[in-house]
Amino acid sequence: MTSRMDVKKLVLTSNYAAAYAAKLARAEIISAYPITPQTTVVEKLAEFIERGELKAKMIRVESEHSAMAACIGASATGARVFTATSSHGLLYMYEMLWWAAGARLPIVMGVVTRAIAPPWNIWTEHADILSPRDSGWLIFFAESAQEVLDMILQAYKVAENEQVLLPVMVGWDAFISSHTAEPVDVPSQEIVDEFLPPRKSAAFLLDVKDPVSHGNLVFPDFYMEFRYLMQRGMESARDIIRKVDEEFGKIFGRRYGGLIEKYRCDDAEYALITLGGSSGDAREAVDKLRENGVKIGLCRIRVIRPFPVQDVVECLSNKEGVIVVERDISMGLCGVLATEIASVLFMNGIQPKFASFIAGLGGREVSVEDFLKMLDFSLKEFQRGNKRVGPHWYGVKEEVIP
Amino acid sequence: MSKPGVLRLFPEEEYVLPGHAACPGCPIGIGLRYVLKALEGKAIVVIPACCTSIVAGPFPRSAFKVPVLHIAFAAAAATASGILEALEAKGITDVHVVVWAGDGGTVDIGIQALSGAAERGHNIIYICYDNEAYMNTGIQRSGATPYGAWTTTTVTGKREHKKDVPAIMVAHRIPYVATASVGFPVDLYNKVKKASMMKGLKYIHLHAPCPVGWRFPSEKTIEVARLAVETGMWVLYEVVYGKFKLTGPSARLLDKKQRKPIGEYLRLQERFRKLSEQDVKELQDFVDSQWEYITKMLER
Repeated sequence: MTSRMDVKKLVLTSNYAAAYAAKLARAEIISAYPITPQTTVVEKLAEFIERGELKAKMIRVESEHSAMAACIGASATGARVFTATSSHGLLYMYEMLWWAAGARLPIVMGVVTRAIAPPWNIWTEHADILSPRDSGWLIFFAESAQEVLDMILQAYKVAENEQVLLPVMVGWDAFISSHTAEPVDVPSQEIVDEFLPPRKSAAFLLDVKDPVSHGNLVFPDFYMEFRYLMQRGMESARDIIRKVDEEFGKIFGRRYGGLIEKYRCDDAEYALITLGGSSGDAREAVDKLRENGVKIGLCRIRVIRPFPVQDVVECLSNKEGVIVVERDISMGLCGVLATEIASVLFMNGIQPKFASFIAGLGGREVSVEDFLKMLDFSLKEFQRGNKRVGPHWYGVKEEVIP
Repeated sequence: MSKPGVLRLFPEEEYVLPGHAACPGCPIGIGLRYVLKALEGKAIVVIPACCTSIVAGPFPRSAFKVPVLHIAFAAAAATASGILEALEAKGITDVHVVVWAGDGGTVDIGIQALSGAAERGHNIIYICYDNEAYMNTGIQRSGATPYGAWTTTTVTGKREHKKDVPAIMVAHRIPYVATASVGFPVDLYNKVKKASMMKGLKYIHLHAPCPVGWRFPSEKTIEVARLAVETGMWVLYEVVYGKFKLTGPSARLLDKKQRKPIGEYLRLQERFRKLSEQDVKELQDFVDSQWEYITKMLER
């Protein structure tokens, strides 16, 4: 006898957790092209289909551009679709990302974040997932395999909400998450079905009985309105993400706090900001500093688009200092997260001390020790009266720089 | 070849509606009209960037009485794959998924997606209407532009010959490859009908003379289209499961003496105005070699 509340405890990598999530979401069409380190997501899904555990069609396309094109075609016909990619694959489908968002299609995609060549590097960095941040995709980022599974289920619910109708990418780190196994609670199909019913048949699907045209030429007199509606979808998504997280929590017993996850933040004087898989180490660093009497907390960004403006403002408004550590660099400026957080703070008239670090590019480890060093450095600088610290390239080997 | 009565055999229902945005004499309205009649409107049409993106008419109207998905330049065939699989997942099997793409979107930027869909055996009717250059962007040369033709990026005439994409599609061993011409609607209609009854990817390469880009008067589209076939510049054939067959007027042109000299075709078009005698010979040799290929294929 299985009950709807049955949970299977499996040891899964984030990639396998993603495959389980797509299966539990009853994705009907999966279209993907192999790229390291995404491959095991699609391999697992192929296995589910072959074993008859998942009734879906897999389109084994010849490129990522085509992977997203096929997702667009299938989603415009009314199917629930899933794909996954990484790094160059995401960049190769860049044009189609904009198409999917502009077409308002609730596609969900896993992105195993990986550095971009040259030189070749297959390890984690967030340059890939941050580059389409203006495209109209919602961008989520998970820390653990459990969160990957839960986030993908939530992503469909958010994407298919009629007030949103935008695609969602869910990111997790190459290898640190993608190939690291941890215990994951896999819910029963019955209970997931209750949380996530089949995709509602929306208006304007491709149907010969009621022919509509998708994507016709729009002159300047209407184009802006289409973009405005996308932005409105994004704005609506913030509340819907929170509500879906809440509903998810009630059903599955796990809540993540919505767009950001706060850890020991409420009474903190300083806030460390992170994204993704290193946040566990960041949390440990926070604990160590707390033991030494430093009032610091962690604010982990879970949703990059729509940017958690209100959440970040609320979390940081009473802080003495903010320290952003991120695995990306917007060449010619500084880290993407630092830029965006600084901009949100400025727009809301909040001016804490601010430190920014670029760390762990191309998969270089960012350990608890590393976090402690960055935090220690920042706090000292703050105490010396420096209000702006960085952007620093943490751990760059000066001796090899010509 | 088509007697006055024959066209009346086509279904009366129109799927290309009045008010579309094509230039006068444009072959797109002509070709797509017969294609959709042959499919009796039971088609979802994917259109990548091409002249038809404009011909379809601007939001909020559409000139086509079938569902249309406009898509980015390189993506047509893959998008069609997605639609097809989604229809099958819903149990819908009586709707044709059609790609209607220009030569640029097929022989150049779209060939990878097309090759992929063909290799996957997806049940799609792919029609390339070939106006032999990037007309929508203003007459730039494409892989389908013939040798010697003026375009805005080959102002002294293109130095390379036309890419033979139907042959490339034959090499994919798909069930059906055909060439067609807007000047021979019955031949086109029959080929689309035949394609619609087969499973797998069907490829039809439709010759589509463009008055604007080829520089001929807009009332001469059909005349130019027919001369292309009658001079042997364009050959009408079909390849059913690898078996070649000449169709329409091309069937009697295997004997070179039956073909009109290519000069009759070239001289109607300003784009060939600067061709030297040597250029014409180069082009004639290419046409002859094309017929040698056809002859070999017929003997296969």
